[in-house]
Parts: sequence; structure tokens; C-alpha cells
Amino acid sequence: MFGDYSIGDLGSIFVMQGFAGLILFSVYVLMALGLAIIFGQMGVINMAHGEFMILGAYVTWMTSNLFQSYLPGLFSGYFFLAMILAFLASGALGMLVEWVLIRHLYKRPLDTLLATWGLSLMLQQAYRSIFGAREVGVELPQWMLGSLKVTDSIEVPINGVFVMGLTVLITIVVAYVMYKSRWGRQVRAVVQNRIMAGAVGINTAKVDRLTFALGCGIAGVAGSAFTMIGSTGPTSGQLYIVDTFLVVVFGGAASLLGTIASAFSISQTQSTLEFFTSGSMAKVLTLLAVVGILMLRPQGLFALKVRK
Amino acid sequence: MSDEPNKGLQSPLRRQLLMGAAALPLISMLPRPSFGAGPATSVVNTTGLAVTDTEVTVGILHSATGTMAISETGSIQAEKLAIEQINAAGGVLGRKIKFIQEDGASDWPTFAEKAKKLLVNDKVAAIMGCWTSASRKAVLPVVEQYNGMLYYPTFYEGLEQSKNVIYTGQEATQQILAGLNWIAKEKGAKSFFFIGSDYIWPRTSNKIARKHVENVLKGKVVGEEYYALGSTQFNSVINKIKLTKPDVIFTDVVGGSNVAFYKQLKAAGVDLSKQALLTISVTEDEIDGIGGENIAGAYACMKYFQSLDNANNKAFVPAFKKLWGEKTVIGDVTQAGYLGPWLWKLTCEKAGSFDVDKIAAASPGIEFKEAPEGYVRIHENHHLWSKTRVGRAKLDGQFELIFETADLIEPDPFPKGYQ
Repeated sequence: MFGDYSIGDLGSIFVMQGFAGLILFSVYVLMALGLAIIFGQMGVINMAHGEFMILGAYVTWMTSNLFQSYLPGLFSGYFFLAMILAFLASGALGMLVEWVLIRHLYKRPLDTLLATWGLSLMLQQAYRSIFGAREVGVELPQWMLGSLKVTDSIEVPINGVFVMGLTVLITIVVAYVMYKSRWGRQVRAVVQNRIMAGAVGINTAKVDRLTFALGCGIAGVAGSAFTMIGSTGPTSGQLYIVDTFLVVVFGGAASLLGTIASAFSISQTQSTLEFFTSGSMAKVLTLLAVVGILMLRPQGLFALKVRK
Repeated sequence: MSDEPNKGLQSPLRRQLLMGAAALPLISMLPRPSFGAGPATSVVNTTGLAVTDTEVTVGILHSATGTMAISETGSIQAEKLAIEQINAAGGVLGRKIKFIQEDGASDWPTFAEKAKKLLVNDKVAAIMGCWTSASRKAVLPVVEQYNGMLYYPTFYEGLEQSKNVIYTGQEATQQILAGLNWIAKEKGAKSFFFIGSDYIWPRTSNKIARKHVENVLKGKVVGEEYYALGSTQFNSVINKIKLTKPDVIFTDVVGGSNVAFYKQLKAAGVDLSKQALLTISVTEDEIDGIGGENIAGAYACMKYFQSLDNANNKAFVPAFKKLWGEKTVIGDVTQAGYLGPWLWKLTCEKAGSFDVDKIAAASPGIEFKEAPEGYVRIHENHHLWSKTRVGRAKLDGQFELIFETADLIEPDPFPKGYQ
């Protein structure tokens, strides 16, 4: 396959392919983080995760339109504000959904699957009625387009680097919040034993609501970031949901580290296979490997040790 | 849905009421008293279709919900516009067209079920509908069994022909071959990289394209890749494209993947003003989502562009925008959707009847001189003679016409030597 190419060519392709793998890794982590909190920590199978992401994408689109009409001078920086607004919007919707729907279902985790699936259909139709059935194009500031030329033949996409940076930042924040802050300790306490946590004075209802909102908010930020690399339409959220669950389940539901490890192994396997075989074949082989490993380790890569 | 009459009264009772009641009292209620002057119903309708002295009912069957709503909305809009215009011009055989809209909901069994409902319960005289090949394949046995007439607007892979279907879009050879010839000649292209979504249309189209590149153009296909519908990550294949340095990237990626592909191509530093890219899956509709800045410079192979400079199109575009809003864009399939009701009307008038058998027999040779794409004619095989055009995407999301074939291309749904 490589007989016809020079060493220099191959070298730069491998560097760029390495970056492609890392970008895919960051994309997977970013979309799975919110779900890792909601599904991993709370046990809620949130089928509407993709729709929370797309809410973030639509908020980004609206922000970009507002800036174009009223603040064209500040357009180059709108994306940062858009991400914050996306976090707030998705988080607020998440809080509402938790209050109306999810809190009645904590004792029936399988029912959350149906309820949130219904929610995802409702949200899709709502987006369709509000924003129209067609996809919208989110215009990006000039500096976020194109690629960085590292050498003559090595080019790295700017939006990919941006997503990587964002992923690292959000992962650090989430890890800090969950493992170092007082609130994170409360979340973990509620997860491990809801009744005991309540008995020692933790307001479990409030913790649940905030945890769900945080997960949804992160989904919103992810959706906002993905306007750079993907489409924004009423059903675009469906594009992400399978991969997201794959990453979270494969990593071991309750473990943040597991999510990251699983995103890394899946993305590297897939992007390497994509390069050496073909797109559709890579997907098949990756899924086969995941199924095989899950048969040997049903609890996923990293499992929380708990007394049974 | 709201266009459906008397929803409360179902099936035979409702039909009798409609048939009987429409003849007398409705005439006085109609806003346009001009309808009703056509030939007698017993003459034009011998098979029990929903035809009265003043009205004829057709069905519109597209996905207004679900993932395909993105694409099918344009077709629905175009078909409604055509029906409105036909009615304003006096209707068909002196009858006003009334339509019943059903939602296929992006689900193929639903399409079949709704087609059956339209034909069996509503007795529609024709159906304007379907978009994906999968939905057409689901509806085909239904229209053949119940002898309906389907006007199908999408460019598709060919390998099909039915008495009960008029294909108003291009089959694969009409869309692809002239475009490949043009780019081979214009750019001296010898090597091609194919990338498509993984389903029947891209695979069949690429098969035809590969045969043409290898056997006719004496070129080489340096890569052929398929990605599952809905894939959003294309960085690996973009690296492969960079490695193989093809003269032309030939794409038939669809849906949300399309947007991801072009955004990532741009981000990877592939400059479409230098790297030739020929797509058969991007129309003005798709550019709305992709963003003009991500795809400017790419070539698309279609039969219609919104920017076409002819008198028909100059009347069509403002009429469409007047009805559906200044910001709507019109893509290739939308225009083909617009042809359906008009071709049906012209055929009815030639046949002097709404009977499906007579329509099917009278269709070959029907000309539509006011078509926005210029001029079309129905072939014996129920596809259209039409031109192939190549346009270049501009920043504003429109195409600039670069090339068009001098003559109409003959439709050839079962091309010899390309199977």
C-alpha cells in the first residue's frame, strides 16, 4: 500500500493520522462526559442526551446570528459566550426535566430509558417546529477555520485543536468537582447509598437535580463545540447517541477514568483501522472488539469496587 | 394533515357522502365557480378514483417528520406550489386539484402503509412522493398492486422501471457520466478518489462511475470508501485523500455526514479552489447546513441549479420564494418535485382521462416546456430526458453554472456495460 510514497510523505501522514486519532478521542470524551455523570453516577439511561447536545448547538447558532446582527465587531469572540450560554440553557432544561420527569423514576432505572426516549422525540419535534426541518449552518469566526501548517506537509485542523483543548479543560473541571469538592463528595455519597446519605443530612433531591443539570450542561457545551465539525439539525443528536453509550458502557458505567480510557481505546482502534482498512470495515471491527471485550468483562473496563 | 377532509367520517360512508354531496351543493360554495366545466366525470374516471365534477384528489407522501424531513421539506413545498399554480390556471380537465398530505415519518413501512391508505381509502388519482430509494422500494409493490400512479422526484441509482412510476429526477448515468467526462476533459483528471455513505445509492452510483473512469476515461480509481449513514468523523479518510493525492475527489455522502465531511475537509487544509471535488449529493439545500464558506469551489453535478438563467426559472424562483419565504433555497430535487404535478396534469389532458392505465400509456412523449430546468420530456421508460449540468459552489451558497450538455441526455436505467 505504501510502496509508491516517499518516507517524508509517509512521516507527515502518520503524524496527521495521530492527530486524527487524538481529535476523535477528544470528541468521544466530550460527548461521553455528560452521560458518564448522568448514567454512570445516577443510573439514569438518558436517551435524550443527543438532544441536549443539539440544544447547545442551536444556542450557538442563535448567538452567532445575534452577534452578526448587533455586534459584528465582536464576532470573532462570540464562540466563548455561546458555549457558556449553551451550558446554561442545556443545564436549565436538564433541571426542569429532572424535576418533571426523572425524579419520579429513580427507583425504576429501566423506565428512564423509555421516558427519556420519548423526551428525545418530543425535543426533536420541538426543534423542528421552532427552527425548521432543514439544517442550519453555524458560521464560525475566521480564525477558527482552516488549519495550522506545522511544516510544509503537516497540517493540523484548528477546530480539532480547539476541541482537544476544550476537552482537557472540561475533564479537569469535572474531575475536580467530582473528586475534590464538597459537592462532589455528596454526589458520590448519594450514588453509593441514597438512604444513608439522606440520614447524614445531605439533601439528596437537590444533589440529584444539580448532578443531572451538570451532565446536561456539559452535553450542551459538547453540542456547541460540535457545530465546528458536524451538522446542526433537529435530528443531529441521533448521530452521537450510539457512540456515546458505547464509550460510557465500555468504560464501566460508574468510573470517570473508565470513560476516558474507553474513549481512548475505541478512538485509536477506529482511526487506525479506518486508515488501514476502510470506513465501514473499521466500524464493524471496532464494534466486534467492543462486544468481545464486554463478553469477557461485562462490567466494562474499569468498575467501581463495592460490597455486594 | 389538516388538509384531510372530514376526518371524523371514515371509509365507505365518507366516500359515498363525498361523491354524492359534491355534485350539487358544493358548487355554490366554491370560491372559483370556473371549476366544473370539464368533461363528464363518468368519462374521465372509469375506475372509481376520487374525482368529482369539480375536484380531483391527489396524495402527497413525504417525510414531514424524522431524519429525512430535512430533505423532503423542499419537495413538499414544490409540489404544493405546483398544485396551487395549476389550480390558478384552471385546474386539470376543468377540476380543481385537492391534495391529501400523508407523513411517511422517515420510516419505510410507514410509507407503504400510507401509500395503501391513499390508494385504497382515499382513491387518489396520483401520488407525488417518496424521496429515498428505500421509501420508493417500499411503496413500489403497493402502487403496482393497487394500480396507482407515483411521481418520484429524487435522482436515484436506476435499475428500476415501472408502469406505475414516473421518475422526474435523473437516474445514475444521466447524473454522473457527463459530469465525469467534463471534469476529465477540463482538468485533465486521471485519478479519482470515491467517498460515499454506505447504502444502495452511493454504492450503485460509484460502481457506474468506476466503470466509466476505468473503461471509458482510461483513468484510475485510487480509493473507494464508504462511511455508515450518520458518521461524523472523516479525519482518517481525509488523510488518505492527502496521501493518494487524487486529481478529483468524487463524493456521494448524504445527510448530517455531508456537513461533517466538508467542515473537516476545510479544516484539514484541503483547498477546494485547488483540489477538484465533484459531488453528486450536494444541492443548495445541503449547502444551507454545510455553510458556503466550507464548500465554495466544489463542483456539483445536477440537472438544476437555483441560479439557472432562463425565463422559466426566473418565474419559478420568485413564485417559490413568495409562497415559502425569501430565505428558502431551491435544490435539484425540489425542482424535480415541482415537475410531478405539472407532468401529471399535462398527461391527464393528453389522455383525456384520470384513469391510471391511460395515464401510464399516455406519459411517453409528454413535454413540459415551462420546466424551470428548461425543457423535459418523458421517455418510454418513464424517466425524463434532461440535461446534465455542472455548477461551482459559491460563498453565498448558490452555484455558478460552469457547464451543461448541449443536448438532452437519454435516460438509461439499465445501462449496458455498467452492471
